[in-house]
Amino acid sequence: MMQDDLKKQPSRVDGRAKVTGKATYIAEFRFPELAYGYLVQSTIARGTIRDIETAEAEKQPGVVKILTHKNAAKLANPQADEDFGEKSRPFFALMTDRVLFSGQPVAVVIADTFEQARYAASLVKVSYNEEKPSTDIRDVMDKGFASGRPRPVRGTPDEAFAAADVKVDVEYSIPIEHHNAMEPHATVANWDGERLTVYDKTQGVTGVRNYLATNFGIDREKITVLSPFVGGAFGAALRPTPNTLLAVLAARETKRPVKVVYSRRQLATAHGYRPASIQKIKIGADKAGKLNSIIHEAVHNTSSHEDFSEDLVGISRTLYACPNVRTDAKITRTDLQTPLWMRAPGTVSGAFALESALDELSYKLKIDPLELRLINYAETDPDSGRPFSSKELRECYRQGAEKFGWKDRKPEPRSMRDGRFMVGYGLATGTWGAFLAPSSARVTLKADGTALVESGTTDIGPGTYTTISLIASRQLGLPLEKVTFKLGDSNLPAAPSQGGSITTASVGSAVQECAQIVQKELLSVESKREASPFSGVPFENVEFVDGSVRIKGRPETAMTIGEILSRNGLPEVTATHTTRPDFGERAKYATASHGAQFVEVKVDEDIGIVRVTRVVQATAAGRIINPKGAHSQEMGGVVWGIGMALMEHTEIDHRIGRIMNPNLAGYHVPVNADIGAIETIFVPEEDTIVNPLGAKGLGELGLVGIPAGIANAVYHATGIRVRDLPITPDKLVG
Amino acid sequence: MRPFAFKRAAAPADAAKLVAANKDARFIAGGTNLVDLMKEGIDRPNELVDISRLSLSVVRSLAGGGVSIGALARNTDTANHPLVKKDFPMLSQAILSGASPQIRNMATNGGNLMQRTRCSYFYDLGTPCNKRQPGSGCGAKDGLSRYSAIFGWSDSCVAVHPSDMCVALAALDAVVNVQSPDGRERKIKFTDFHRLPLNSPEKDNALNHGDLITSIDIPKNNFAANSYYLKIRDRSSYAFALVSVAAAVELDKGVIKQARIALGGVAHKPWRASEAERFLVGKKAEPGVFQQAAELTLRGAKPLSENKYKIKLAERAIARALRRAANV
Ligand SMILES: Cc1cc2nc3c(=O)[nH]c(=O)nc-3n(C[C@H](O)[C@H](O)[C@H](O)COP(=O)(O)OP(=O)(O)OC[C@H]3O[C@@H](n4cnc5c(N)ncnc54)[C@H](O)[C@@H]3O)c2cc1C
Repeated sequence: MMQDDLKKQPSRVDGRAKVTGKATYIAEFRFPELAYGYLVQSTIARGTIRDIETAEAEKQPGVVKILTHKNAAKLANPQADEDFGEKSRPFFALMTDRVLFSGQPVAVVIADTFEQARYAASLVKVSYNEEKPSTDIRDVMDKGFASGRPRPVRGTPDEAFAAADVKVDVEYSIPIEHHNAMEPHATVANWDGERLTVYDKTQGVTGVRNYLATNFGIDREKITVLSPFVGGAFGAALRPTPNTLLAVLAARETKRPVKVVYSRRQLATAHGYRPASIQKIKIGADKAGKLNSIIHEAVHNTSSHEDFSEDLVGISRTLYACPNVRTDAKITRTDLQTPLWMRAPGTVSGAFALESALDELSYKLKIDPLELRLINYAETDPDSGRPFSSKELRECYRQGAEKFGWKDRKPEPRSMRDGRFMVGYGLATGTWGAFLAPSSARVTLKADGTALVESGTTDIGPGTYTTISLIASRQLGLPLEKVTFKLGDSNLPAAPSQGGSITTASVGSAVQECAQIVQKELLSVESKREASPFSGVPFENVEFVDGSVRIKGRPETAMTIGEILSRNGLPEVTATHTTRPDFGERAKYATASHGAQFVEVKVDEDIGIVRVTRVVQATAAGRIINPKGAHSQEMGGVVWGIGMALMEHTEIDHRIGRIMNPNLAGYHVPVNADIGAIETIFVPEEDTIVNPLGAKGLGELGLVGIPAGIANAVYHATGIRVRDLPITPDKLVG
Repeated sequence: MRPFAFKRAAAPADAAKLVAANKDARFIAGGTNLVDLMKEGIDRPNELVDISRLSLSVVRSLAGGGVSIGALARNTDTANHPLVKKDFPMLSQAILSGASPQIRNMATNGGNLMQRTRCSYFYDLGTPCNKRQPGSGCGAKDGLSRYSAIFGWSDSCVAVHPSDMCVALAALDAVVNVQSPDGRERKIKFTDFHRLPLNSPEKDNALNHGDLITSIDIPKNNFAANSYYLKIRDRSSYAFALVSVAAAVELDKGVIKQARIALGGVAHKPWRASEAERFLVGKKAEPGVFQQAAELTLRGAKPLSENKYKIKLAERAIARALRRAANV
């Protein structure tokens, strides 16, 4: 989007609080008499704890208590997490002597100050019965087992591949990657008699409340979970982490409020990660470029105790029209923390394979990569056979190519130069399901002409505070600054966790519908008032504009919301509402966002340095509600994709099963100097089926095609096809 | 917390004495390395002697040319000093390619020489490291060695020195001025300042406990017009070098009169390529010659399982840096 257009758009409603430090993050909350918990983590990846010596640590000044598996009170009702496989065994810190991964919390030291706790933690001595860990996916890829629902084979892919004119048969790998959000995982827990209040870094306050209620055996009503601001999460806070459990446990044991914060170094094992994956992909086509077979087999790692699986292969079933398709997804066990969803989980990994392989095919066919995608454009969803509720991907290709200047691309690899740099153009396609979940909200109109909107969702950074406020302000006809949106509190009407790019669509629909209910309620009260100009006027003939209510076409009837309330002797009107999406109608369609990504790289070939100099990101994601936020998300997707393509890599010493770069100096994400020009295009897309707002998720979409787009551009520039991410200098100097 | 005493030295000799008196005392200058090491429990001093207010932060010309940079001059101020920029632009380049502006604003020149390795085993208390805990073993040698040394390592340590500034100083024949606790002052050639790990990798350099760096002298040379610092890393900024090269030539009508080459990211100390330097003298400054010098330098390299790429990368980096230096 052009900078000038964006300038006129509303900015983040929470921006000022964030840049002035007024936004309070979890580790900043305190209660009187607060104690600090510091974790001791295992140094082995597999085995049992032989002994833990805490005597020396206990003697240190300020130490209140040291909890280990030997003295920690057992959970009332420990529940496995059904999202992680039927056979999953729960892992709860300090509930077992078994060590499942290096970095597992084995003790928590509680002291009067953070420094005292940290020092005493360094004196806790743990001995182990060590067993040999297995953490390298290469060692166990053959021991993979099926994950997820088996999916039907379409046509006869093996025969079709054998008979194809032109074939690609390749393998891609992606290492483990970590979210590395700025804010570390943290919890502050306080028991007040039977009542429990927890500040927790999370993407879902309801989920954390239910987790605590179940495992500790407490009534949900007695628990309040709060998460007003989240300093980035990207999936890392979709499931309660040990800090949550340990802070609550420690607060109960010490009868003091307790704060537990992961240090940066500890954080790499606090939560899961994007799993390591190996993907084999075969694509067959006829000479004209028509695909006739896709066989996509993926294996990724999980832990020894849970079956985490994400969908790498789904994209190969839906992105292109192809009569013969087989996908096969497996997971395999490693002695690591259970993986977890990380921005565009599964899909970005699968897209790296599929979209790279398609690029490889284009060179074999000598067909332009864009042309190849158009030849195989899926007009309807090839997997379900259903029509798309909307799909403006073709327009993304067209507008993106034009803005980027794709026609200037010379077809041969190594054919474009800029001084000593080899220049490469690459492209890829992205897609992300447009999901929707039931959600609740409350809207209150007040006599002072303001509105309070409430929903128990979270804002992990994408701008939910702003987007939802905008939806309410537009529906209610109130200026943005008259709307306050409250979130991040488990006592508010429940909303799903913020993940899967569902929040704007799901919570936004709830807020929009709820606002309408309140408007109707206001009108119904007013129209019953004697001599009201609104008597007998149907809702459709009334409009809410500039804080006033008026009959359409009759501006003289305008009354402010405040006036109406006071004339009717009401302090406010309020409604709470839960959406019941019409999944029946939706189910007749395939619903997804799409995008096309065009990438220019300049490669200093001699020394293996790749610069992503230019990216055009064209997006079709239904109605764009918050243009600045959407622009920012799509730029963020590019930045993330540059990291994933060129640098991100969790390094593990497989001899000891230990992550060796658990800090921001060793785990590289892009810095400003790595980022070139990024342009975003939002292609208009109307959709009356996907949800009442017509908006689709775009937070993850913007990442999906980028790593493949970059790898494809690097190939075009250098003739070197890197199939193992990340594309670091060593892989190009060979 | 781990308690420590904090003292402020009144004069350099004083500082040296204070630290020498206690084997667990350390100087603290900018604190950008030491404080991190203390937080991670890697260095555990019980006494800090603050030297940051000593008047050792001058950058001045030396009699007979050259420049002296104070041990406590900040990295930023050193890199931007007109004398340094004019006569030793490669040193400016090297400093500015390191860390981030915020860190360079705090970091001192003395601290830069003394910074510890970034080897991930050194930083992880859960793994063996002879440098951190003598006798515990080397985790990196048969482990993750992508960042490790290809020259001069021993079975006990394969760590590399992380500094950029020091690579330029090694190439520029700098001399380190040291104040000893016994009141004497001595000079150490920069190339003798850092050491190879041998069997005592816990010792990074030639200083004894309590020795205080007061300044670094860089003698006059004729390299200013033809020098270049090239740093290759995993991202554009704020990353340590995979390989770096400080290259300088003195030219007379296209013929090389003198050359200097030092490498970073390849050894426990900045690695001078003396043989290649000698090879270049009297040769024409042209790409083929530079390529030969590069190959000569890497001849003795001994890679580990994950860092073979450094050989080719270093070779190309040397050739590139020399070409950039000579403008050919
Ligand atoms: C995230 C990060 C990235 C970095 N990236 C780079 C990089 O890319 N390239 C690079 O070159 N550097 C890099 N650095 C390192 C940085 O240059 C050093 O931390 C800095 O130079 C140290 O200087 P200081 O004054 O802060 O030292 P301090 O931390 O104060 O001291 C470090 C050590 O030196 C000793 N010491 C200090 N002054 C003297 C003296 N005068 N005499 C004797 N001993 C002394 C201290 O006792 C201590 O042991 C990075 C640092 C960080 C934190």
